[in-house]
Amino acid sequence: MTTTTQAPPIRGKQRAGDRVFSGSAVFAGAMILVTLGAVAIFLIVQSVPALFATSENASILTTNFWDYVWPLLFGTVWAAALALIIATPLSIGIALFISHYAPRRLASVLGYIVDLLAAVPSVVFGLWGIGVLAPAVQPLYSWLVDNMGWFPLFAGPVSGTGRTILTAAVVLAVMVLPIMTAINREVFLQTPVLHEEAALALGATRWEMIRTAVLPFGAPGMLSAGVLGLGRALGETMAVAMVLSATGAVTFQLLTSVNPSTIAANIALSFPEAYGININVLIATGLILFIVTFGVNALARWVVSRRKEFSGAN
Amino acid sequence: MATTTTRPAASSTSVENSLAAAKLPTYALWIVFGVSFAVVGAVLLLIAIASEAEFNYAGWLIIGGLLYALSTWLFSSLVEGRRRGMDRFITALVIGAFVIAMIPLISVTWTVVSLGAARFDIEFFSYSMRNVTGEGGGALHAIVGTLEMTGMAALISIPIGLMTSIYLVEYGRGAVARGITFLVDVMTGIPSIVAGLFAYSLFSIFLGPGTRTGFAGSIALAVLMIPVVVRSSEEMLRLVPNELREASYALGVPKWLTIVKVVLPTSIAGITTGIMLSIARVIGETAPLLIAAGFTASMNYNLFEGRMSSLPVFVYTQYANQGNPPEAYLDRAWAGALTLIIIVMALNLVARLVARTFAPKTGR
Repeated sequence: MTTTTQAPPIRGKQRAGDRVFSGSAVFAGAMILVTLGAVAIFLIVQSVPALFATSENASILTTNFWDYVWPLLFGTVWAAALALIIATPLSIGIALFISHYAPRRLASVLGYIVDLLAAVPSVVFGLWGIGVLAPAVQPLYSWLVDNMGWFPLFAGPVSGTGRTILTAAVVLAVMVLPIMTAINREVFLQTPVLHEEAALALGATRWEMIRTAVLPFGAPGMLSAGVLGLGRALGETMAVAMVLSATGAVTFQLLTSVNPSTIAANIALSFPEAYGININVLIATGLILFIVTFGVNALARWVVSRRKEFSGAN
Repeated sequence: MATTTTRPAASSTSVENSLAAAKLPTYALWIVFGVSFAVVGAVLLLIAIASEAEFNYAGWLIIGGLLYALSTWLFSSLVEGRRRGMDRFITALVIGAFVIAMIPLISVTWTVVSLGAARFDIEFFSYSMRNVTGEGGGALHAIVGTLEMTGMAALISIPIGLMTSIYLVEYGRGAVARGITFLVDVMTGIPSIVAGLFAYSLFSIFLGPGTRTGFAGSIALAVLMIPVVVRSSEEMLRLVPNELREASYALGVPKWLTIVKVVLPTSIAGITTGIMLSIARVIGETAPLLIAAGFTASMNYNLFEGRMSSLPVFVYTQYANQGNPPEAYLDRAWAGALTLIIIVMALNLVARLVARTFAPKTGR
């Protein structure tokens, strides 16, 4: 019997250039870690004084910090949820139009046109929301309050300017539409062609083919598109700050002039004039926004990673 | 034992083949389309004349579309059967969704161009707002600020982002690479205003509270820009075929030289496109700059000293702090918005052109 001694593994020669290059690549990766750590640490350090602040040392508070942040958190989630309710069916429809209905030659151009919406800066959407959208929808709001005021969400009195939370949600929906459409479109295009052809061969109409082959396949992707859109809508600042005329109340009514503000909009509006511990209070609300969006994005990632397991192979 | 199989008796009632049943000719749908829009248009026109209001184009489009969807459904269900009716109904809805998405795009473009044109003149691009109340003045200070801050942000984030993506694609293995991918994901989700708060607290801790400089704005923008650069460059680097790398190694070329001479040139078009799109994304950011860089009416060329205006913040402050006459302030805001949109659209367009023109020639 012969025993073979384990040969030492062959190591490539380390050149100086290699070391510099891999070193700087590692350094850049580490910079990401440092930046993110810095974001968390600086926000936490600046937030700590605010958590114990009361109306005595921070003029922006009426009682304590948590009473201040709760209506803002409610407004943030409510506005984002409304935006999502509007944007989800629209984005699925647009994505289906581009992937399965439009002529194939036009599809990429149409996708690009939808992407153009993402290129419009949020401050421009804010100006547009005040100058065009709010006056345009105000008559509709009056009509809704007059004729459907029995429905709790549409209870009056109607806002005279149209700058309500529903208008802000519509602007938010327009702003998250491109990213949601892009993801949905990608998912719908990944549907195995054999599934689609099998459905068509069994005599399905186009809608039946989509219902039985495309939508079930794309369901997890549509879910993650929705969650990503929610993350975007939660953090959107300027459009809400400009469009919404907020009073800080906690209410579900959509059409009145009494509206909850959102965390991001409140920071943008209050920060330029803030001083002393008020600044810490605003930074602490920002930290809470960061935590909420982080949670939402983690959820989206979890959904995507779960999807990987059962897509592709089948 | 002989088994006798009973044949199914030929059914006397013929099964109706829904797909071979009556089919609506194409022109029938166009007639339904025309009639629904004509009816809604006529009703709205009567309302407009009666109340002396403007004709409601958006209402015409939306109600007309709904009427068309419902009437094709009814029509087609009656003639062609339930399943086809549903199919036509959904088709109308899907096309309608796309049309609805076009309304804000067209409306925004039209409003910005028509209202922005009023002050889109030479004075707007050659004056700052120093000592200007009421009419006149311009946005030169804001344009300079935007260019300097975005440029600085790009200078910070392009090397970091590009090297990180090279690390992830070429060097990174195992837990570290997964960790960095995770962190980039987290960074993508940072709301822009939180990035502004971070830059503000960073500088106020080290340089005293209330410090607002252009550089702080650049840091905030870089935090937003780095993950976008990493994502797009990573995607492009992964598209480079492994055969190219292996061919290079086989010729004895060291790894770093392979990356510089083979991998990067192959993917440079895509990387450039990604970087330009990321610049286009941050150049319109308002909230972080409002917080980290503040605003001013004067020229400020120095990134490291004093507050610095930027174009989006200029638009916002012109709107938010209207003086007398308010039209002058609003006109300046819209002109700023027009400038901003032109810059962003130009960046987008050039990025797509670069991607198309310099795309690597595939052998086949």
